Amino acid sequence: MKLRRSMLFMPGNNPAMLQNGGVFGADSVILDLEDAVAPNEKDAARLLVAEALKTVDYGESEKIVRINPMDTFGKQDIPVIVPCGPDALLVPKVQSAQEVKEVSALVGQYEKSPGSIKLVALIETPQGIAEAYNIARADKRLVALALGAEDYTAFLGAKRTKEGEEIYSARAALVNAAAAAGIQSIDTPFTDANDDEGLNEDTLKAKELGFKGKLAINPRQIDIIHDVFNPSEHDINWAERVLEAIKRAEEEGSGVASLNGKMVDAPIANRARTIMHLADKLGLVRGNEHE
Amino acid sequence: MDKVLKTAQAGTLESSDIVVTVAPCDGDGVNLELESIVYEQYGEVIKKLIYAILREHGVKGVHIKAVDRGALDCTIKARVLCALMRAGAINSEEVAL
Repeated sequence: MKLRRSMLFMPGNNPAMLQNGGVFGADSVILDLEDAVAPNEKDAARLLVAEALKTVDYGESEKIVRINPMDTFGKQDIPVIVPCGPDALLVPKVQSAQEVKEVSALVGQYEKSPGSIKLVALIETPQGIAEAYNIARADKRLVALALGAEDYTAFLGAKRTKEGEEIYSARAALVNAAAAAGIQSIDTPFTDANDDEGLNEDTLKAKELGFKGKLAINPRQIDIIHDVFNPSEHDINWAERVLEAIKRAEEEGSGVASLNGKMVDAPIANRARTIMHLADKLGLVRGNEHE
Repeated sequence: MDKVLKTAQAGTLESSDIVVTVAPCDGDGVNLELESIVYEQYGEVIKKLIYAILREHGVKGVHIKAVDRGALDCTIKARVLCALMRAGAINSEEVAL
């Protein structure tokens, strides 16, 4: 599964930002045609993002375009953006499975290689949260659900705080829906780009709940987000010991592995494998460094 | 569609951007005026690019003024196309191709 620890928004009508989007090391860059673009500049941003997709080198970063909602400019965005080969579209304000299917069908009309373009659904309303599981399994293009908590709390009539108690239930519901459908969950952005400590705490909270990544609104946020989502040395040591215990049990012909007197059951084994897979992908495993 | 029907503009004066203004002119000629912070080094290259975009879309009878702030080719192309689209010289289907 593709790493999506950090997904960095870039305003779609800003050439200076768009042409430098690949240098920050985000797992995904999101070229934004929605909130970052004034209504009378939608046409200009659409063309600029289309040309950027064709010519700018975004390196290892996944290229995602946040289109507009289908009831505003979304139907005009797709025919121009999709032929330029983004890796995925971020679909805003999704409230039902039907909306995802509608986007997917229109994408299918314009993409060059069938099924190649993925979708991420941005859930930003109480109705979207209530429908999260149906949305998560709406279409095979869908690879993640993402939470947009600013709009969500506005709809809820709750005050948005740094502590985030007001979005606890939405976060939990979204993580669960995505996991149940076998796709990733991406947390809402932390909007104070100057509060590194707050970002660190907020990202830790998201990771503890089960999120696989976080939206970012400033390149400065990427390293902090990655540090939180990367497996720690402690995690890697634990995972190595678990996998060694399983191997030992297999060699001894025992069906049951144990570590420090506790049985290693399937969920623990899976968690250890996931950590080692991630650590390996990130070059964090000892004796396995890239030269 | 190959004629500029009205005056239109796209782009900004921010760094790395370019403001492109197109207006109708008599006849089938192209009258291009370019200001650029990198005119000495890239003026001719930028002009060639703009002429090529016009040729590709069969646009004639146009006056173009471009004020460049160090835009890359992809930005110049996007802004020229947007100005032409806003002026009614090309449509969005043509741009998508």
